[in-house]
This record gives sequence, C-alpha cells and structure tokens, in this order.
Amino acid sequence: MGDKSDSGYDPASLPDLLPMYYRKLFPYGPYFRWLNYGGAPKSYFTNREFSFTLKDDVYIRYQSFSDKQEMEKEIQKRCPYKIDIGAVFSHRPKDHKTVKAAAFQAQEKELVFDIDMTDYDDVRSCCSGADICNLCWPLMQIAIKIIDRALRDDFGFKHMLWVYSGRRGVHCWVCDEVARKLSAQGRTAIAEYLSVVKGGEQQTKKVTLDDPIHPSIRQSIDIVRQHFHDYSIKKQDFLGDEEKQKKVLALVPDDVLRKTLEGDFEMGSNSGNWWAIIEKREKDCVSKGSFKASHHIVEEIMLQYCYPRLDVNVSKGVNHLLKSPFCIHPKTGRVCVPIDIEHVEDFDPMAVPTISQILDELNQTSAAAADDSGKKVKDYKKTSMGEYLRIFDKFLKGLESTWSGKILKQSDENREF
Amino acid sequence: MEIVDPKSRSKRTRKGVKLEQKYTHPLQFFHTPPTDTISLQEFEEYAVERLKVLKALDTAGVRHVRGSDKYNELVEKEIKKTKFGPILRTDRRDDEFLQRLDHISHFILRLAYCRSEELRRWFLQQELELLRLRFQRESPESRQDFLRENNLNYSPISEDDKRDITPELIAASGRNTSQAHTQEYFKVPFVEVLDLISKRKVFLSDGFAYVPREDMISILLTHYRAHLSHSLAVTCRALPHLEEDDRLLPMVCGLSKRYVGKDYTSKKTNVGQITADMVEMLSKQSFPMCMQQLHESMKRDHHLRHGGRQQYGLFLKGIGLSLEEAMTFWRKEFTKLIDGDKFDKNYSYNIRHNYGKEGKRANYTPYSCMKVIMSNAPGQGDYHGCPFKHCDEALLAQKLRGQSLSKEHIDKIMTEVKGGHYGVACTKHFLAKHGGVEEQDINSINHPNQYFEESQRILRGDKKESLKPVPNTPRSQYSSSPSQGTPKSQKIPESQGTPGGQMSGIEEMEEDDDLMMSLDC
Ligand code: SF4
Ligand SMILES: [Zn+2]
Repeated sequence: MGDKSDSGYDPASLPDLLPMYYRKLFPYGPYFRWLNYGGAPKSYFTNREFSFTLKDDVYIRYQSFSDKQEMEKEIQKRCPYKIDIGAVFSHRPKDHKTVKAAAFQAQEKELVFDIDMTDYDDVRSCCSGADICNLCWPLMQIAIKIIDRALRDDFGFKHMLWVYSGRRGVHCWVCDEVARKLSAQGRTAIAEYLSVVKGGEQQTKKVTLDDPIHPSIRQSIDIVRQHFHDYSIKKQDFLGDEEKQKKVLALVPDDVLRKTLEGDFEMGSNSGNWWAIIEKREKDCVSKGSFKASHHIVEEIMLQYCYPRLDVNVSKGVNHLLKSPFCIHPKTGRVCVPIDIEHVEDFDPMAVPTISQILDELNQTSAAAADDSGKKVKDYKKTSMGEYLRIFDKFLKGLESTWSGKILKQSDENREF
Repeated sequence: MEIVDPKSRSKRTRKGVKLEQKYTHPLQFFHTPPTDTISLQEFEEYAVERLKVLKALDTAGVRHVRGSDKYNELVEKEIKKTKFGPILRTDRRDDEFLQRLDHISHFILRLAYCRSEELRRWFLQQELELLRLRFQRESPESRQDFLRENNLNYSPISEDDKRDITPELIAASGRNTSQAHTQEYFKVPFVEVLDLISKRKVFLSDGFAYVPREDMISILLTHYRAHLSHSLAVTCRALPHLEEDDRLLPMVCGLSKRYVGKDYTSKKTNVGQITADMVEMLSKQSFPMCMQQLHESMKRDHHLRHGGRQQYGLFLKGIGLSLEEAMTFWRKEFTKLIDGDKFDKNYSYNIRHNYGKEGKRANYTPYSCMKVIMSNAPGQGDYHGCPFKHCDEALLAQKLRGQSLSKEHIDKIMTEVKGGHYGVACTKHFLAKHGGVEEQDINSINHPNQYFEESQRILRGDKKESLKPVPNTPRSQYSSSPSQGTPKSQKIPESQGTPGGQMSGIEEMEEDDDLMMSLDC
C-alpha cells in the first residue's frame, strides 16, 4: 500500500506539499493546547524537546519553542519531514549547550507505547515488513483494546491518545500526570507488566502462562477471544496448510498431546475445525489431569498469535523521542491521525487521508466558499482531517477537565510570594 | 565523612557540620552520609569487609536459587567470616560498632561503585539483596518499625473489601493457594511496588496494587532501589570534584578494580592485531555461543538489529578490532543488502559512538554475561542475548550437536541450562570445545571476552592467568574499570547526527542512570 496507485500520493511531491500543509492545515492550536498542559507550569512547553528530520535524513535534535507562535514559525520555516516529541527538560533544550551536561536532565514525558506490525511477521501470512492490509490490521485493533483496557482498569490512567503512525502501526501517549512523572523504572515495570510475548528469534514458544492466570491476562484473553474466530481462523486461516499447522504444533509442549494432534490433523479440512480439535483435546487432557508442564496451551497459542507486541525500549526511557501526531508519513503521505478508542473497529488505515488528498480538498472548498462570508472556519475542518480533529478535541476536553482545578490551586500558591 | 590520615595528621573536611550519629533501627536506608571521623586505614578495611559480603551474595546467587536453603547456608557461612558476622542475627540490637561499620562502608562503596553503569548495576543488585535478606530476618514488629520510620506503613484493607476481590487476589498471586483468605492485604499506589508490577505478581485495579503482607517488602525495595539508583547517579556526577582529593581517588578506584577484575576494554596492545577478515576464522575458533550466534545470523541476513549490533560490536572492540577495522567489517556485510550511502547514514554513527567518537564520548565497554543475561532481553527479530538462557532447549541442543560435541558433553551442558546456571553451562561448553582442557585450567566464564581470551591463551599454549579473585570466591566480576567506564569529557551530543532509525539506540545508551532489574534472575 501507499503507492500512487491506491492513494493518489506520490512521495516525490512531498517537498512541494509540506510547506502548504504546515501553513494551512497543521492544527497548531489544538496541538499547543495539548502540549502546553494548561500552562502549569509554564516551562512545560518551553522546556519540551522537539526534533526535526529534514530532507535527506538531516536530523536536528534539541529544538524548543517559547510559545505557540514561535513553534508555528519554526515548523513553517523548516518544513520537517518528521517531527518527534521528546521529554520536558530541566532547561530549554535549545540552550542545552550553555548548560552543564550533568545539569541538563530529562524530567518528564508522557508514557508512550509503540506497536509495529513488522514485529508480527511470524504470525501473519498476508504481508510482511512494512506492508499492512485488511487481513492483518485486526492485530492492531486487538492491541489497542488490550493495552487501553489495562492502562485504564489496572493502572487507573484516563487520558490515552492513540495515534496511527502513518504506515504500519500505532502509538499511544498516556498523558495523565502520574504517567508523565514516571521514572524510567516505573515505565519499565509497566512495559514488562504488559509484555506477554517474549523471546527472540531463537525461541519458538514465546508465551508461557502462570497457573492460575493473572486477572489482567484473563481480560486480555477475553478480548483476543472476541476476535479470534474472525481474525485468526477466517482472515488468516492460521491452520490452513501443513506448514502453518507445524508452527502451531511447535507451541504444544506436551509430547503426547502433540502426537495426538498430528494424527488428528489428518482429518480436519479447515482452520475452524482444526482449532476446534485442539480446543477439545486440550480440554480432555486438563480434565484428566494429564498435563505436567502447562495447563493453558490453547490460551498460550491464542496470545502468541494475537497479543500486542510492544517495542519496550520505546517505553522505558523518559528521554525517548516518538513521532508526533499530525506528521505526514513520507512514504505513504498519510497523516498521523488520532484513533477514536470508542470506535477502534471503524478505523481504517487505508482510509486515512493523505497530504495530497487534503490539500486538494482544501483547494476545492476554498474555491467553492470563496464568496462565503461569515465566521472563519479553520482550514483543516474543511477537509477530511476534520473528523480526526474532533477525536483529538474529545481527548483534549478530557485532559482539560483535570487541569482546570489545578491551575486555580497553583495561582493561589503563587499569591503567597 | 571526615577522614584522618594518621601519618600526616591533616584533616580533610568536606561536610563542615558534625552530627552525633544516632542509629534508631538496626536496618538503614542510608539517607545521610556518615559524619564520623575515621582513619584512612579504617576507610579501606570497612570497605573491603562490605565487599566480601556483597561478593558472597553474588556468588551464592549464581550457584543457588535465591532464598533456597542452600543459598542461605552459603551466604551465612561466608558472612560469618567477615566483620559483618553478626549482621544476620537478630539479637545484636545495640551493636554500635556494627551499625557504624554498616553505615560507613556502604557510603565508601557508593563512591567506588558509582563510576560506570556496570559497577552501579552490580552494587545496586547486591545491596538490594542484602537489605531483603536482613529485612526478612527481622521480627514482625521490627519490620513494622522500619517501614514506619521510613513512612512506608499502610493499614490493611477491611475484610469486606477483601471479600469482593478474593478471586482476583488468588489469581494474581500466581499460586493456587487459599492463603488469600487468611492473609492481610494492603492497598498501595502501584508506583510503590514496581517489582511486583514488572513480574505481574500482584492484583492491580484503578492504579492501586493489593499487596499481601508477605510481599510488602516490595515497597521497601522499590524505594530503596529508587533512592540508591538516584544517589549513585548523583555521586557519579559529583565525582569530578572528589577527584581533586589526591589520596581518596586511588583507593576508591582500587576498591572497584581489585574486586571487579578486568573490563575487557580493548587494550592498546591488542588494537590493530585483529583485522576484519580474521573475524570469520576466530568466530569458529574462539567465540562463545552468544557471539557465534550473532556472527552467523549477520552473515546470513547481512543485517543485525540494534541490540545485536551493540552486544557484538562491543565484543569485537574488546577483542581488538580497531574502529577502522570495525567499519570495514560491518560495512562489508551490511552493504550486501543496502548501499554504502545508506550504511554511512544509518550505522556508522552508532559504530563510532561505541568507540567513544560520538555523543557523550564515553568509552563503552563490552557486555559481561550478567549484562547479557539480565538486561535487554531479545525480542522479535533479535539474535542477541545468551543462547543458554534465551534459546529453546531443543534448538540449543541441536546447535550444540552442530558443533560436533559429544553426547556426553551436550548432556552435561543441558543439565546446567535446565538448572538455570548459564555461566556454568558456558564453561562446560568451553571445555567441550577445547579438548584436553580441564576445569581447573580455566577461570569459569562470566564474560564473553574472557571466553575469547581464555580460548586464545589455550590455543597459544599459555598458562592460566590468575584473576586475583577475592579469597573464597571462585567467580570474579568483569566490568568496566572506573577510569574507563565513566564518560571523561562531558561533551554534549551533537545536534546533527543520526537519522530517526537509530535514535532509540542512542537514547538507551545515554539513559543508564536509572537501572531496573528483577531481583530474581
Ligand atoms: S554465558 Fe556469557 S559468554 Fe557464554 S554464551 Fe552466555 S553470554 Fe555468552
Ligand atoms: Zn496483511
């Protein structure tokens, strides 16, 4: 995907389109409302690191802006191919050379997660690498639902911003105050808690569950179960041929059961009844109590095929940079738009507008609305970016409700000085 | 702390105020540095005694499962031999000497072990284990006192509240027990029990963890880890000032060097002796399993992911590959898949970085086995890690057979793997690969570069090199030596440099102030 053929976007045109995008469509207002966090403290925005990737992979770190106007000006001047958001530092990042290195410290940042389809290559049969399609995208839906639920119910976080990365994955920004203040240890612990599929290329069986299963994993299994039939069996046909069956059987640690299943597989005819066979055999074994190693083979297979695979290194550090929402993915031209957590199923990555598409839309509407008087409508609202901005706005409203109280408190405190 | 040199009688005072130290509890959190006056001789002696204790914990942890009878037995035996002898007894409540020893020696070792990531990691882990061990031997009242003193006491949740969530509490414990019915549970913010969170061993709901009384030590350890990790980073940053004190520095350096052993930063004499095209041959001859695996997957894929490039690259640096040769080596393999331009853009920064030519210009040291095994476990697409730990048993056995090792040897190796003794398995692998070599001819393996050097030594026919280990401890630590592990020049990273793809790696390297490990590895 991402070729000119199916989205009308030509990567070669990016340098011409970006200036227009940054001048007319990039949503500076809402974007600033987010990163300013109500202006308490004020340094939260001014000490935030941004980094730009320019043409020819020229990469500049430690950019920072004193206010919205300066940010707008700089972005329009540089027209970055990519913007990354980093930590809030002890000093303004652009002054970092004038500060002692030891004193220049990353202090806070949203807790972030990065889920990338390339990490699922061993369990999807439709595409590989950077490609995605309708047959494998459900993996991201499952991932979002599982991680979002755990962050909400287990950790008590409320302000998650989910963003399509523009090509093959999703990002999550947890913006609650507790999350932003987490130490590297805290971030690591949460990432570990959420990591279930473990091990490198040298390890076949990557999920081993405790007995009894932890309540949080139980919830995740329930979510996987809701999708398993449609996704694994229908879309992926994950037991469809001998090679696929071998891969699944390799995850059965119990020798006797595996042998039995090998025999059974002679009979079935599609993923659906093969899976039914596995489920039934496992149940028999459990009820007879004939397992030594694991009691949860069915669940372990389901999780190995469907559980979110986090790039934990992205989450661990306070200092780690992550691509900003509303960037344009240079290869696909798609905007990194927010995803509505209440309608994850409706999100179609293939329908996300490209930069050329929204600029066209803008041209058309401004031509049509040329003689239209009345109050000024933001340009992005005239394009198909509008619906994604509404999602962002909903997120912002939630966030703002938390700091309105805090700002009052702070101004009280300030009065004492 | 004030140090008096008995010979010169000159006083060095860093902290002006001198307070009468009062110990309110046999355990300490080490918040305030000692203000006592001690002699240089005491200074060193105290530190050495504590090191013996930490060393004993490390050794016991390698040989036995932490908390097992054998482990406790060994630890007790070793600690009894030191001045810390009575520390595990509970009837030494008012032992002023012991508390002073404990206090002072801890702060001295902080100085000695703050100087590199590897040293900090080691020190932190042993200190946490020491506190855990001591805390568990305290009476319930004393434990409560200690928690209260550090503002960590909570009250248990009511029986009614507990009843509502009992099934979850049982499931979260990972054990099939009915203990949840009789145990007391505490509701604490999740950030207080990070090690239970990372192991997923506690029930979490709406930001609160429900912790059974027996796991409340986790709160203590979370706080202690954060406190100590932070203090070590602060001490490290403050160290340049201390270095002006001409007598302390050599002693402090000596302390970590003496007990930590070699660091395998490539020695000047080594560099240049190994060239890029020798690596292939050497990999067959003298590489440990972990490095063979990385080498082979790189040859096959003409690529390695970041974790692999770090582990392998620093190892190669350690065996004597110069920066220029390293460039040649990586370039040759990678450009079979990508063009030279892309290689320069995406990878050369990282390689120069490892050689201290970019970023904060630290001279990075090769990873020890402990680091390989305990941190940064391999994920999807990764080939790094330690095969004895991170490889399926069946696949590992198959690889060993591929090296034409005898079944007897393979069985011996696999037994150690099953017991979780990866270093021992690796030593057995070494013996199997080097016919005619006996266990006593080599030092047991705890560093990939040690494996390499031992192998080369044997192939040359040289005698075993004594590592000057601590008496009674067969295993010595390989890690960054103080003078090299810490970034010398505090140069701020260039603002131009690596493209996005490489960013994650650099962040990771620069963010080693905060450590996170599981105590139960
Ligand atoms: S024990 Fe050490 S040297 Fe041996 S394979 Fe594992 S990490 Fe490598
Ligand atoms: Zn697909």
